[in-house]
Amino acid sequence: MGEFKVHRVRFFNYVPSGIRCVAYNNQSNRLAVSRTDGTVEIYNLSANYFQEKFFPGHESRATEALCWAKGQRLFSAGLNGEIIEYDLQALNIKYAVDAFGGPIWSMAISPHGSQLLVGCEDGSLKLFQITLDKIQFERNFDRQKSRILSLSWHPSGTHVAAGSIDYISVFDVKSGSAVHKMLVDRQYMSVSKRKCIIWGVAFLSDGTVISVDSAGKVQFWDSATGTLVKNHLIANADVQSIAVSDQEDSFVVGTAEGTVFHFQLVSVTSNSSEKQWVRTKPFQHHTHDVRAVAHSPTALISGGTDTHLVIRPLMEKVEVKNYDAALRKITFPHRRLISCSKKRQLLLFQFAHHLELWRLGSTVATGKNGDTLPLSKDADHLLHLKTKGPENIICSCISPCGSWIAYSTTSRFFLYRLNYEHDNISLQRVSKMPAFLRSALQILFSEDSTKLFVASNQGSLHVIRLLEGSFKHLHTFQPQSGTVESMCLLAVSPDGNWLAASGTSAGVHVYNIKHLKLHCTVPSYNFPVTALAIAPNTNNLVIAHSDQQVFEYSIPDKQYTEWSRTIQKQGFHYLWLQRDTPITHISFHPKRPMHILLHDAYMFCIIDKSLPLPNDKTLLYNPLPPTNESDVIRRRTAHAFKISKIYKPLLFMDLLDERTLVAVERPLDDIIAQLPPPIKKKKFGT
Amino acid sequence: MAALEEGFTLSGVPLGAGPHGLLGVEQSDKTDQFLVTDGGRTVILYKVSDQKPLGSWSVKQGQIITCPAVCNFQTGEYIVVHDNKVLRIWSNEDVNLDKVFKATLSAEINRIHSIQGTEPLVLFKKGAVRGLEALLAEPQQKIETVISDEEVIKWTKIFMVFRHPVLIFITEKHGNYFAYIQMFNSRTLSKYTLLLGQEEKSVIQSFSASVDQKFISLMSLSSDGCIYETLIPIHPSDPEKNQRVVRSLLLKTVVSGNARNGVALTVLDQDHLAVLGPPLPASKECLSIWNTKFQTLQTSKELPQGTSGQLWYYGENLFMLHGKFLTVVPYKCEVSSLAGALGKLKHSQDPGPQTVPHFVNWETSQGYGLQSSEHSKRILRRRKIEVSVQPPASKQLLSTIKKDSEKHIEVELCKFLAIKQTPDFHTVIGDIVLELLGRHKAEPSFYPRNSLMQLVQTHVLSYSLCPGLMEVALEKADVQMLQLCLQQFPDIPESVTCACLKIFLSINDDSLQEAEINMESVSDYSDSVQEEKMEEQTEILHNGFSPEENCDNCDRELNEKSRAAAEETTSCPVIPKRAALLNAILHSAYSEMFLLPHLKDIPAQHVTLFLQYLYFLYLKCSENATMTLPGLHPPTLNQIMDWICLLLDANFTVVVMIPEAKRLLLSLYKFVKSQICICSELNKIEVSFRELQKLSQEKNNRELYSIEVLELF
Repeated sequence: MGEFKVHRVRFFNYVPSGIRCVAYNNQSNRLAVSRTDGTVEIYNLSANYFQEKFFPGHESRATEALCWAKGQRLFSAGLNGEIIEYDLQALNIKYAVDAFGGPIWSMAISPHGSQLLVGCEDGSLKLFQITLDKIQFERNFDRQKSRILSLSWHPSGTHVAAGSIDYISVFDVKSGSAVHKMLVDRQYMSVSKRKCIIWGVAFLSDGTVISVDSAGKVQFWDSATGTLVKNHLIANADVQSIAVSDQEDSFVVGTAEGTVFHFQLVSVTSNSSEKQWVRTKPFQHHTHDVRAVAHSPTALISGGTDTHLVIRPLMEKVEVKNYDAALRKITFPHRRLISCSKKRQLLLFQFAHHLELWRLGSTVATGKNGDTLPLSKDADHLLHLKTKGPENIICSCISPCGSWIAYSTTSRFFLYRLNYEHDNISLQRVSKMPAFLRSALQILFSEDSTKLFVASNQGSLHVIRLLEGSFKHLHTFQPQSGTVESMCLLAVSPDGNWLAASGTSAGVHVYNIKHLKLHCTVPSYNFPVTALAIAPNTNNLVIAHSDQQVFEYSIPDKQYTEWSRTIQKQGFHYLWLQRDTPITHISFHPKRPMHILLHDAYMFCIIDKSLPLPNDKTLLYNPLPPTNESDVIRRRTAHAFKISKIYKPLLFMDLLDERTLVAVERPLDDIIAQLPPPIKKKKFGT
Repeated sequence: MAALEEGFTLSGVPLGAGPHGLLGVEQSDKTDQFLVTDGGRTVILYKVSDQKPLGSWSVKQGQIITCPAVCNFQTGEYIVVHDNKVLRIWSNEDVNLDKVFKATLSAEINRIHSIQGTEPLVLFKKGAVRGLEALLAEPQQKIETVISDEEVIKWTKIFMVFRHPVLIFITEKHGNYFAYIQMFNSRTLSKYTLLLGQEEKSVIQSFSASVDQKFISLMSLSSDGCIYETLIPIHPSDPEKNQRVVRSLLLKTVVSGNARNGVALTVLDQDHLAVLGPPLPASKECLSIWNTKFQTLQTSKELPQGTSGQLWYYGENLFMLHGKFLTVVPYKCEVSSLAGALGKLKHSQDPGPQTVPHFVNWETSQGYGLQSSEHSKRILRRRKIEVSVQPPASKQLLSTIKKDSEKHIEVELCKFLAIKQTPDFHTVIGDIVLELLGRHKAEPSFYPRNSLMQLVQTHVLSYSLCPGLMEVALEKADVQMLQLCLQQFPDIPESVTCACLKIFLSINDDSLQEAEINMESVSDYSDSVQEEKMEEQTEILHNGFSPEENCDNCDRELNEKSRAAAEETTSCPVIPKRAALLNAILHSAYSEMFLLPHLKDIPAQHVTLFLQYLYFLYLKCSENATMTLPGLHPPTLNQIMDWICLLLDANFTVVVMIPEAKRLLLSLYKFVKSQICICSELNKIEVSFRELQKLSQEKNNRELYSIEVLELF
């Protein structure tokens, strides 16, 4: 298959933000995750846990609560005191409403989905009415002494439990007054702590209130009498989160020690209707605080400071052994954060608030497989570009020639011109961006760096011609009438004639750049697109989906290619379909038209379309070099998928030229090293 | 119920050509493989399950094998003696016995004994015993004479008692029999004269023996056809003195009194014997299994072609020479019960360990019965449950319990347990126990102890399934039941654990001796003498810490005293049966908070006793490097420490006032202090290791960028 020099890059110092909230939506089987930097991500659990949407973070917008309301509406509230609704179609913030109660610590949607309650720093609970396109303040509940850290509605919607510091209040929704105030014991292992913070409450339909607190307790209260019924001491540290299943027969709590406990309602004896809550299973998938948990019908979902999103299926609820039966740990975003200029061998790294430009080193040495070559020139950090303002960067791109850099935040679009004079680089911002170029979801330069393609929210695609130091707006492709779905992925053909764009659900649209019109639409598929690319010469569009299927579509012929039909007929290798990270990048070999390069977080693969496809009996991944077998055997056992798992976790991989690859890795240890230290557990002695 | 299965013949050459039949059948180091030594010149290695020989070795013409070949379990080699004095040692790969290792000894060998867990022991005709290693080091060493001139060794056997070999051999001199017990851990040889009782004239034809904690039970088959049992203590009260032991009749006339050929017996287990010989004067030879407890013949098998009057028993197989061929008869004995002995039990169930499902499903009991079938339809991965409200068998049993006699219930219960288990088995068992207890409450004389024990041993019960059971057992001070419950139930409340502890500490030794208690958690601490003891490391200065320095001055003063005390405590302060019970307490689960208040109620002298026992265990623990106790299921160091802390926390003010506890407290204080030191040292080491890890990580991090060559094939 060939020998490559691989630039193995581990200096992309990317650290994902910790997870703050998770909210599971049963109707759409989607999971909303908010991170400490304010980013909100939407995972589609039906599509192999693909992260299909995200809303960029904002420095001042620390999300403390995240809720789904009726009709797939997503709300968040945070320490800036605002309640935000997200537009899941256009991928932007619909509106923000100030609750005027100081920082908001908690939020809960009423069981009927028509009301929204927030708990504020000043001890107030504010009830909002959810209208068709907005929320409307309705009234305040009786104000409490200290901040309201957790909220839960009774399933009938008549009462609300609110966790504060040292006590839990039960409110009557109609009158807005507290019916009961349940004081929580501050004692912790017979040592009195200063305060006992109620991190979470859950109100069950039988009137039981479950609370979790900073003293490591899970407590069951009778809300009718306001008395403590049962107490489970489960941790030496805070219990920070709780989530109850819809059937109310099981719930999950997360602790600051990284443990997740599963509680289930189990019959006391056989044939008796008397049931009690039993702590059944502990899970230790996290190293740090588990800040948020969710309970889907088939899985326990948890996330926290260690940035992993863990989906632990409940084995007794899983019907068949498939994707859903496996433990999932999602660490890296399912989108690209890196772009590369092949001509100048540059890498552009995207961080939340800055960009880094690096020039790769070089070597003159050669070697054999596995060798590390001596560097004649080390990699250089050329540029550190900080954004202005509090908003996170949504996307960024460097042009193939290396002389343009573009990036976008939620409200502004930036384009820079880079000039290289020997070792000096000068950066010049292209000013006077047109008004329509405000926010981009995806940016792409054409292969010859003369055109810039920008996918904005609201579904429009802008084509801009780049001139020396300035630009000219050529055209805007408006979305199909009636749809407002934003395009998240773009691909342009190397000859510059075709542009492919894909949203999250509808099919892939292919535009003719020469004639500036829609050429065709690839039929939509059940699973979202994770990566797109157009092959040189043939103009075949290769599409990877989150269910690990790969299609090849001929743009000129407007149909799937023969190879694509063959592989669909035969089916992919079962191990290929069992991979659990999506393909995030596809590229091609300039000299070998039959090759397709693609990678996910744990492998990269070169598909050689000229070789026979593997069936389920063939060995898909063979890490060992062939021994001295005859060429005949080698040829007979060779198949189209050449897989390498040397580089992982792999965030980016591309061909720089025929014989050079660049691989950007981000070892997990490096991320862990940058996290705050976990709670220290003594191994010896007590 | 004991049963003989269909036997089979091991193919190969006809055996038993020599005058005395076979020399022996011995185990090899692989299960299922046995060394058969023919009386002539041949040793054959058989694989029994394949019924075929794996290897065969012969000595040269003119030489004659004089002692059965054995396997050295430590090296896997085989050892044989020919011409009384010549040792040959070979392994599987060797072909020719003539070319293998050879050692000529200075005295004639009677037998070589080899057993798992120790080196082979060589017994000389004059009664001396040597380890093989020592012999090989100096083959021509002088071998002393132990037995008198005209004594002849008739029979010998080796046992492992508390991990040490014990050899017994029987000699005869002018119709008088003597038993010699050679202990290897203490190197003592004790001699016993076997008194034959009234049957003075009878000749003993065959011996067999079994061993338990204290006694070797020697069975002898006399020429009058009766089997006698002789109990010989393992630990003699006075080894120097020649002692007498009397034999008592065990089974009457199992074989015909004047059998022509030899007769043989072997002990199969606690209650079963196998006897080879003609049951009636005229009849053909038979292999019969006898139950000594019920004095009944369990099963027998006719051997029409005659035997050599030799019988061996290994694992589950009986070996004998039937005609000219070696025959193997598999023998099975399931748990014997009264019903079984009476022949009423058809299939008793296998008491093997439960197969535990792959993951614990807390919902099975919920899904069963109560919730509708739509629930189970959804859960396809779960085993299909046979939905029936209550199996009729259990219903029937429940009605039996209501009115029938204890014995009948037992029989019915055995029948019920023999049926295959349903998914809701544990709840049904729980119901049965509750029913039994309910009847006990109604008529206090009804206490179906055996049935309850059997139910507890199904491994599916828990405290919450039958809350009354332990209360009843506590009431009756049924320590055996309590021990069983403590071992089996995962969820005993602390108050009940503590009540058990109180009973275990207060019950007097006499009533304990009567109880049948599972002793597997206790091993004989007394014989693990100081040989394994670690060197006392008080001299070594740790990193910034010297244990001596940290001890107070007054402590040093007391050092002498406490050392004496320590020596005192090396003997176990409680009898082994009590120790077994206390170990069950140590193994049980508890939560400190709930246990502490109950511990306060224990009387002071019992607290002291328990503390002494715990301290004794701790000392035993610290004797070896792994900090574990010997035995099958010993309490762990953590359990011991936790209980010491708990007891002291609960009763400190009381204990501190008792004068006899003072010394104990001081030594406890000292060892706690040393534990703290160890922990702090360990924590220091942990931190150092973490730093090292960090350093090595940094080293890796330095390679942030490299260019490598990759070839894809």
